[in-house]
Amino acid sequence: MFSYVLRRIGVGLGLVLLVLTLIFLALHLVPGDPAMLLLSQGDGASATPEAVARVRTQLGLDQPLLTQYWHFLSGALTGDLGESFRNRQPVSEAIGERLPRTLELVGLATLVAVVVGVPWGALAARAGGWFDSVTSVLTSIGIALPVFVFGSILILVFSLKLGALPAGGFAEWGEDPNRHAQILVLPAIALAVGFASTIARMTRSAVLEMLHQDWVRTARSMGLSRRAVFRRYVLRNSLNPVVTTVGIGVGTLLGSTVLVERVFNYPGLSSLLVEAVTARDYPVVQGIVITIAVLFVSINIIVDVLYGVLDPRVRR
Amino acid sequence: MRRRLRQALTPLRLVALVYVGLLLVTLLFAPLVAPHDPLTQDVANRLQGPGLGTHLLGTDELGRDILSRVVYGARVELLIALGATVVSMVLGTLLGLLGGYFGGVVEVVTMRVVVDVLLAFPPIILVLLAVTLRGPGAGTLIVAMGVLFAPTFARIAYGQVISVKRLEYVEAATAFGAPTRTRLFGVILPNISAPLIVQVSLTIATAILLESGLSYLGLGVVPPTPSWGSMVAQGQRYLSTDPHVLLVPGAFVVLTILAFGLLGDALRSGLDPKSRNDR
Amino acid sequence: MSDLTKKPTTPGPVTPLLEMTDVSVEFGGGKSWKPVTHQISFSVAPGETLALVGESGSGKSVTAMAILDLLPPNARRTGSIRLDGEELVDAGEKRLRQIRGCDVAVIFQEPMTALNPVYTIGAHLVEAIRSHRDVSKDEARATALDLLRGVHMPEPEVKIDHYPHQLSGGQRQRAMIAMAMSSEPRLLIADEPTTALDVTVQAEILDLVRELQGRTGMSVLVITHDMGVVADVADRVVVMREGRVVETAPSAELFARPTHEYTRALLDAVPRLGSGAPATAVVPDRAATAALDLQGVAIDYPGSWRKPGFRAGEDLDLLVAPGEIVGLVGESGSGKSTIGRLAMGLLPVAEGTMTVDGVDVSAGSRSDLALIRSRVSMVFQDPASSLDPRRTIGQSITDPLRWTGKIGDRREARKQAGALLEQVRLPADWADRFPHELSGGQRQRVGIARAMATSPRLLVADEPTSALDVSVQASVLDLFSELQREHGFSCLFISHDLSVVESLATTIVVLQKGRVVEQGPTQRVLTAPTEDYTRRLIAAAPVPDPALQAERRRERLAS
Repeated sequence: MFSYVLRRIGVGLGLVLLVLTLIFLALHLVPGDPAMLLLSQGDGASATPEAVARVRTQLGLDQPLLTQYWHFLSGALTGDLGESFRNRQPVSEAIGERLPRTLELVGLATLVAVVVGVPWGALAARAGGWFDSVTSVLTSIGIALPVFVFGSILILVFSLKLGALPAGGFAEWGEDPNRHAQILVLPAIALAVGFASTIARMTRSAVLEMLHQDWVRTARSMGLSRRAVFRRYVLRNSLNPVVTTVGIGVGTLLGSTVLVERVFNYPGLSSLLVEAVTARDYPVVQGIVITIAVLFVSINIIVDVLYGVLDPRVRR
Repeated sequence: MRRRLRQALTPLRLVALVYVGLLLVTLLFAPLVAPHDPLTQDVANRLQGPGLGTHLLGTDELGRDILSRVVYGARVELLIALGATVVSMVLGTLLGLLGGYFGGVVEVVTMRVVVDVLLAFPPIILVLLAVTLRGPGAGTLIVAMGVLFAPTFARIAYGQVISVKRLEYVEAATAFGAPTRTRLFGVILPNISAPLIVQVSLTIATAILLESGLSYLGLGVVPPTPSWGSMVAQGQRYLSTDPHVLLVPGAFVVLTILAFGLLGDALRSGLDPKSRNDR
Repeated sequence: MSDLTKKPTTPGPVTPLLEMTDVSVEFGGGKSWKPVTHQISFSVAPGETLALVGESGSGKSVTAMAILDLLPPNARRTGSIRLDGEELVDAGEKRLRQIRGCDVAVIFQEPMTALNPVYTIGAHLVEAIRSHRDVSKDEARATALDLLRGVHMPEPEVKIDHYPHQLSGGQRQRAMIAMAMSSEPRLLIADEPTTALDVTVQAEILDLVRELQGRTGMSVLVITHDMGVVADVADRVVVMREGRVVETAPSAELFARPTHEYTRALLDAVPRLGSGAPATAVVPDRAATAALDLQGVAIDYPGSWRKPGFRAGEDLDLLVAPGEIVGLVGESGSGKSTIGRLAMGLLPVAEGTMTVDGVDVSAGSRSDLALIRSRVSMVFQDPASSLDPRRTIGQSITDPLRWTGKIGDRREARKQAGALLEQVRLPADWADRFPHELSGGQRQRVGIARAMATSPRLLVADEPTSALDVSVQASVLDLFSELQREHGFSCLFISHDLSVVESLATTIVVLQKGRVVEQGPTQRVLTAPTEDYTRRLIAAAPVPDPALQAERRRERLAS
């Protein structure tokens, strides 16, 4: 077990290295001079040579590739991610300010999605009949609903028409915990709906798959009650695919925050990302991408370890 | 097998199929389908609600006919989605096929290095990175999304190849002297195509989801080309007074994604004999 | 049909422990139900072993599962099932649960899938024990250890904390038996308990069941398709076919004087060890160049970064003369299949030399492989997966010719396919059919036709009939030996079944763990083996003769 965990972490670290390399190369893989690319406005007017030179020094493009790479890696590992083009704020500082807010949102949404999705899917598989059909339809819609559409509808209904919850903005936890919590509700729901639908579907099909396994028949032949059989021989075995889905889903959720934060005007990490992309503020974009990617890889490592805990066959 | 496909088409899925068919028609014949020019502004008639009259689905804040904009937007959505799907299918299947069949170094390079690294990014992030560097536009989107969705196809192809590889007819192909090319594309590929075809439909749905989100952020298709996502973004300002400006394109996004998703479900239960998703 | 058996030691008629009367099982739902078994009646007396015998589709498993209502939800049963006088059909789920695992226990065929892979053996046992007795976890664990010792599980204190995938097939089956015995059931239902096991392990498991039966006096209902197993353990036999009971008789009587023609055909089809050499065998030409010659060959099974490779064969010396059939026998892991693949060029020669038709192909170069493919051909084991489901059988048959460039155009190929189909006694116009339209036996014939397409000098047959029903097996083997006589090809016949090999091969090679243990003329090796392992293999092979089996058991237990 211990060696399995170590191996997983090792692989994860290797992956982080590859990911960082890819991000580094992104700037250089795209055809054209990176500095010119970043400055081009797409309207035909090319940038002034001074601006280009400035960008080049800022990004360190005038140095040999390997030096840049080394600089990049050491910076990434120590937390020095450069400075924003726009306001020269250290990128890591900006990230540090915004990251917890996005994490809060993602965490809440994941919690809601799991708490709702898993029992729903399991019940649909077990009960069958009309409940299952309704589940099928509802989850299909849930998956198809883009967060920005659903978020807008939520604002329309709950903020504008009913006035029950705020439509956006932000309040620090320290200052106004009540408002802080209220602000989180609608965006979390917007994120959670699609996620819960995916989880419900996955749980449903995993449970259905398990119901047909031979060991379920063995358990019944031992005289166990249907409920005990379902809990210990069906659900328990279904956990694995569900855990994997949740793990991948959290990553997708991290991406969806990009849209949700815009709809609700939530000043999280992702809205900073969008601003930076629109402004072609490359250091900020790069820094956030690194953060999110590393976060995602870490989540996957945890999921892998959980997988090993749940399924002993994987551990060897 | 044909019978199973027909059985898989529940009434709901049939509707989805028809809807997709209509979409494809608009893709090809947009100018014929749209009643007005999507770009013509008519500020005097702005923000009209949907109803019977010249503008069936109303007008937006600049007086442009929403229905026509939806139709042209459909064309954009589909082109990008189909383009991205084709790219990802070809790229991903090739990766998974080669990695699964040859194992060893090839597997490590294709599946561990390429696929796993790509999967380490939440989907939208990579596209945003690409957009930062190249600026928004259909071409960037197709390539970026094509690369982004390839790992899904790769994983499916890989898993399928691994399980099919040990079946005796694959061994027989090697034993009886089939060249490697034939083994991969003549024997293995036809037998693993079913889940890949299912994934095509699902990928189109995801591509539309992603693209509309990007357009919503203003980072997708460049205006003034209409796209559903940007229409939703523009409509947000008028949400309390004229919600139809947002809701109409929003509804089309949802319906289209739903339709392709249902189609994918239908394909899955029709093509995969072992699928237990239908009890 | 009357089925009260008088046991020699019990005077007068005995009340049956289990009595099945006109039990029918139907599958379906709503309005449409399809019957699978019809009016099955038989009974099991206390302490008796009854065998339910039949081929695939006979309904024997369904009937056994019906007793405890372990059928899938879309099944229903009619008729009467009485356990010690108590009616089970309408007993209700609660009562059935009390009986399951307590009065009646079940062991299944595939221990790998019958045990939940995420729980340890100990967890399974504790669950089984505590489902019927109110004991603490520690007490249950102590009982579990006792049970494991009772089934002779090696290192029970260690194995109790192992997961199913960490145990061998035989050990998993012992664990299942331990679970079943946890409440000392009065009836043990064993559904094909040894089909998935090696022959030597099979004998051990059957011995174990008999031992437990002797200790507890329980009855055993064995479901099997293997007449040898029946002869070994059954007191009485019920023969089933296509959902109906065909014959019921005490074991000795059934084997000596079968009354129904199906039973007779079934018994005739079973290959018997000791039935002597094949009547008309081709005399191998030992003077001419050997079709296959292996000297000092070692084979390495390739590994991946997931699983390390290992040496699958070591120090192998083997010779196949033109026209000779050499039988390669061994249990799983013996390396027999690996040698077959080596002969076909699918695995490289790690050490030693391999000569095909006089040409040294040990290097494995492209020309070596091309030579092998033109002289050697293969028949595969699994009719369900040896043919590409997406190609017609005509295409599959002529693929070897297309792939080696010997046939260009499609019409020529189709004609060839037709001719080859007729050689294996199938209609030529079936060339346009797909594999799923054919039965298992027919697909194996297609596999043979495909192997013959290149007119090979050496045919490697890897367990070609192991996946077939006994009656079908006989006809396929007959076809095979006929073709061999007609065309005179050599053959490397791989099998775990000694009696099948005896009926075909003139020379036999016994393998164990990748090494040749013994080889020589078939009759000599089988009647006067020199090696211990060979003796054990022969002794463990089930023979469809109850008297003989009883004697061999006595010998086995005495040693």
